[in-house]
Amino acid sequence: MSTLWVGLVVAALGCYLIKLAGLSLPGRVLQHPRVQRVAAFLPVAMLAALVAVQLVDGGQRYALDWRVLAGMAAAVVALLLRRGFLVVFLTAVVVTAVLRLLT
Amino acid sequence: MSATDERERPPAAERAPVLRAAAGIALYAAAFGASFGAVSVGSGLSLAQTMVLSLVMFSGASQFAFAGVVAAGGSPFAAAAAALLLGVRNAFYGVPLAPVLRPHGLGRLGTAHLVIDETTAMSVGRPTPALQRYAFWATGLSLCLLWQVGTLTGALVGRAVDPAAFGLDAAAPAAFLALLWPRLAQPAQRWAALAGAAVAVALVPVAPQGVPVLAAAGVAVLAGLRSGPAHQEAG
Repeated sequence: MSTLWVGLVVAALGCYLIKLAGLSLPGRVLQHPRVQRVAAFLPVAMLAALVAVQLVDGGQRYALDWRVLAGMAAAVVALLLRRGFLVVFLTAVVVTAVLRLLT
Repeated sequence: MSATDERERPPAAERAPVLRAAAGIALYAAAFGASFGAVSVGSGLSLAQTMVLSLVMFSGASQFAFAGVVAAGGSPFAAAAAALLLGVRNAFYGVPLAPVLRPHGLGRLGTAHLVIDETTAMSVGRPTPALQRYAFWATGLSLCLLWQVGTLTGALVGRAVDPAAFGLDAAAPAAFLALLWPRLAQPAQRWAALAGAAVAVALVPVAPQGVPVLAAAGVAVLAGLRSGPAHQEAG
């Protein structure tokens, strides 16, 4: 089994067990105010970091592709116009693809 | 399964809008799943690995994070850590859901699999426990099915094309941004997002790959501890 498979299976089973733990743990633990406050910030901080890293990471150095950034800018416009997930997603992909085709 | 109200079905008039919303969410899941399938094989994961992520991990953000860290050249363990940290929020969804779903025995194992952002959002806030249970199962089952179909389709199509040529390298960040967006309406969340992104970007040239995103979890811990009204030593 390759290292990739090991990491993948550990992560997949771990994610499942986390869900199971939430349904099984005494509410007292997860309802601890401090735990809940941290949990409220975890998704937003990590997802924002992931977006940023995906846009600038060129393998331990900065690498920007202006076509992807333009696609993301178009996605932000779609979000500001209150479009749904699918429209936002397709806007970013199509703008990036068209710019790449043209340049 | 013995109590009568446990089995009670909500009236048809109450079920209809829930079903419509669940169908909409399932369609979005098919598209999101297809984008994950394409991004995943574009990241260098095999078709089998991509499907194991969707079938077993079954949590969009964690799956994208795993593929993203692998794509960036991070170790599989950095990828696993990022996926697990993003999956932690699902444990907290169990808190409001457990008293409503009242899972027991082996049923708990199946119920747990469906505890994700969408099922929680659809379930909490419904007026009656029967409707909350109905919303959870209608959303969870339809979403899970279409998520798998979407992933498989996206992975097969994604393997046949160069992901970058079709702009699919913009797919994952755009999907995450769209998921994040509603939360950014709250100032505290917006600051946490900016701080998390800033810390991660600053670490890109100096930290091993995968670490910048994990470091953002530290921002969440600091933000969570600072935002509290009191800082006494808790017993």
